[in-house]
Amino acid sequence: MNYRMLAYILGYILRIQALFMLPGLAIALACGELDAVHGFFVTILLLLAVSAVSFFFKPRERHFYARDGLVIVALVWIVMSVFGALPFFISRAIPHFVDALFETVSGFTTTGASILTSVEAMPRGLLYWRSFTHWLGGMGVLVFLLAILPMAQGSGSSLHLMRAESPGPEVGKLAPKMRKTAVILYAIYCVMTLVQMLLLLLSGMPLFDSVCISFGTAGTGGFGVLNDSCVRYTFLQQNIIAVFMVLFGVNFSIYYMLLLREFSRVLFNEELRAYLGIVIAATLVIGWNTLPLFGGNFGDALHHAFFQVSSIMTTSGFATTDFNLWPELSRTILVVLMVIGASAGSTGGGIKVSRGLLLIKNARQTIRRMINPREVNLVRMDQETVGEDTLHGVNVYMTFYCLIGVVSLLIISKDNFSLESNITAVLSCLNNIGPGLGAVGPMENFSLYSNLSKLVLTMDMLFGRLEIFPMLTLLLPSIWRRASQRGKVSMV
Amino acid sequence: MKIVIVGDGKVGYNLTKQLSKEGHDIVVIDSNKDVLQESVETLDVMVVHGNGASLKVQKQANVANCDLLIAATSADELNMLCCIVARKLGDAHTIARVRNPEYAEQLIFLKEELGLSLTINPELAAARETFKLLQFPSFLRRDSFAKGKVEIVELILREGGLLDGQKLSELYKIAKVNVLVCAVEREGKAYIPDGNFRLQKKDKIYVTAPSNELTSLIKHLGLVTHKVREVMIIGGSRIAYYLAMRLIGAGVSVKIIEQKRERCLELAEMLPKATIIHGAGANQEVLLEEGIRETDAVVTLTDMDEENLIVSMYANHLGVPKVVTKINRTEYTEVFRDKGIDCVISPKQITANDIVRYVRAMQNTSGGSVLTLHRLVDDMVEALEFRANATTRHLGETLAQIQLKKGILIACITRYGQVIIPKGSDTIELNDTVVVVTTSDRLYKDLNDIFLDGPVPANTYGTTDPNRS
Repeated sequence: MNYRMLAYILGYILRIQALFMLPGLAIALACGELDAVHGFFVTILLLLAVSAVSFFFKPRERHFYARDGLVIVALVWIVMSVFGALPFFISRAIPHFVDALFETVSGFTTTGASILTSVEAMPRGLLYWRSFTHWLGGMGVLVFLLAILPMAQGSGSSLHLMRAESPGPEVGKLAPKMRKTAVILYAIYCVMTLVQMLLLLLSGMPLFDSVCISFGTAGTGGFGVLNDSCVRYTFLQQNIIAVFMVLFGVNFSIYYMLLLREFSRVLFNEELRAYLGIVIAATLVIGWNTLPLFGGNFGDALHHAFFQVSSIMTTSGFATTDFNLWPELSRTILVVLMVIGASAGSTGGGIKVSRGLLLIKNARQTIRRMINPREVNLVRMDQETVGEDTLHGVNVYMTFYCLIGVVSLLIISKDNFSLESNITAVLSCLNNIGPGLGAVGPMENFSLYSNLSKLVLTMDMLFGRLEIFPMLTLLLPSIWRRASQRGKVSMV
Repeated sequence: MKIVIVGDGKVGYNLTKQLSKEGHDIVVIDSNKDVLQESVETLDVMVVHGNGASLKVQKQANVANCDLLIAATSADELNMLCCIVARKLGDAHTIARVRNPEYAEQLIFLKEELGLSLTINPELAAARETFKLLQFPSFLRRDSFAKGKVEIVELILREGGLLDGQKLSELYKIAKVNVLVCAVEREGKAYIPDGNFRLQKKDKIYVTAPSNELTSLIKHLGLVTHKVREVMIIGGSRIAYYLAMRLIGAGVSVKIIEQKRERCLELAEMLPKATIIHGAGANQEVLLEEGIRETDAVVTLTDMDEENLIVSMYANHLGVPKVVTKINRTEYTEVFRDKGIDCVISPKQITANDIVRYVRAMQNTSGGSVLTLHRLVDDMVEALEFRANATTRHLGETLAQIQLKKGILIACITRYGQVIIPKGSDTIELNDTVVVVTTSDRLYKDLNDIFLDGPVPANTYGTTDPNRS
């Protein structure tokens, strides 16, 4: 392990976090929320103090390897979450630290699951910070770091960070330089967020709401600023949000291809086609299924179906209506969408459409091989052969995904809620969605669960956002063993 | 600059590493996924999998918008095809590795036909360097500037030699010729010395001298001059062929030991004047039988670094006056440097240097471009040759007046073919070529970069190496 590099990067992340808390502090000051000001102020000082320590750890060697990348990313996310929870905790807005941590992790992992019973009672500065965590967590804080921090030039180490943080079975660069790749991603991300903010503003939404909702949409998080999520927004505003959710659930390299005018590659992108296909199909079925609820008004039914499908599929978790009350078919479709999730390389969660495609294709090839054992066939995606390693990775991913899901379900079942609530609670956290069904439905929240369950769900969110492996490596003892004890040996 | 490199082999990887370190945007194309994986994880580059000569793959790598395409696969024909396709796609400069001796002669008009900006032949270049070393066996390496008029040569100071413990200013009196020590390597570190620098035994010094005074330099410094009249080459590779051609041309007798019978026949056909021995070069019996004890020089050119090293160490042990070792894996230089292996050539490094020089010249817009680039002291020092043009500052001022950046030395000035080893009273004039020696942690692309009031060139590494102060 390159501990010095770890300390160096952590120090940077903490400074960035301190910087990003300043707007929250400013809003709290402007609104005269003294508790929130206190919370932010103390946290920022703490962040700066701790990050100052990292100055003593200048990295001797900037090169690091895959395992360091995984560990750095996992630790950065944990440390960032702990510090991010402090403003809530110190300001006493969320009195229990476990709750504050749950809320912050839910923010950074773009889950949007909340333990707050009344969102509107929160100080605005903290609400802003809560939504901003979505935005930062959506594209990833390390990708942000890669965009601004000159790593050792010419070294490929930074790829390990991006691979560990960005979602999807295969993470590649958009440009030859990692820094440029990170800049491109963030540039697209910022522009899209700003466009959404502007549109919402023009549609008459208050500034604070449009900023926070845009952050929530961009990260596909789902924290709102009103108690009932998006119910009270106008038809137009809801549609803007729904469309942008779908957009943020698309692989960002698609947008880069559009910028490069490679339209045919976009048009024949299998994941994009599958993703949009699922959105349309699910919308139509749910629209038809929920028709009676809207008094036979197909337009209304379709509108809510589209909003809900895009919100759940992209794992945002906004709601315009209580879909907990919908017919079973629609509710089940939503649960299935929860698992599928958004596209790889987007800000959304879930197992990702491309991973799902690969699983199905791989399964089909395996079946064909059973029938005709001599057949040589390869799994292809976008006309390119998918490597064995990738397929293997996808299978292992699914195994761990199920294992973690089952173990979490067993633990939180101790709290004695219905199976429906528990299953959807775990799925919702593991896939970074937010609301589930039953006791954790869109109009409910997670405050009912015990502290233990909240911690388990918090872990699930991190597992889900970082796609399992970085968090898993933290549990391996060999990672923490010093690479060499040579110095000591020679002294003896 | 946007550069596409086709072929991620020895030369390709080394080039990629070097050029990406210098801050270029690099896309690497190869048909082997494993080597690409290696590259993308260790270097900040993008990779494209596929045949580099196919239009589809080149489009994917965005060759149409790149500035330079370097084709360095193992197949000459493929390399040329890559360049043709690239020329059709855009107006990038193209560099192809063409190394088949049969093509070598027609390269001049091939270059025109294929639109090649530069062709590189690593084996030929390596043979050229080896030949230069055998010409003056006292030097561990020779790098020439100003069209061969000036050279920087590397010498090692033996214990009890004339120079041991002398100040540099003394050296100039002893040498009696106009020379300048521009770099010293001591215990793995590079120094750019001034007159008060005191030499020690085992120092390796890099001396700038006019080429035509090298002979007298050796004489005055009391270095044993031993003309090479008989060379034993171990391994009948392409380099061996090119080298043997030159040596035979210079009247040196050549004996090549090659393991494969078929290759021996080929060599015998191509080199009628050389003695071709069919036998294992690493076999001690064979070496002794063929007279390794008596030969003037041994050059190890097999494909295996290990074999080259072992045979070279053995030759050193037997006291062969001059041993040249070809090594592909230059990463381990520090290990074998102390084992008597100090005369090393590496085709991929020579090639990479040639291309890096070309790239730097391409980047330079003001015209005061890098004419020659050599890396000394394990790449820790760079010697660059620039031409002074109208944009160059401080023309006509004496060197004593001009303030240079730290760690920079003007090693030589050439004016109308005349070599000036500069003193404080000399000046830089228009159209002079100037050889500048510098520690290589900054990228000097223009002569103006070296002046204290000039622009600050980019850092090569993004970090400062603690070994360099």
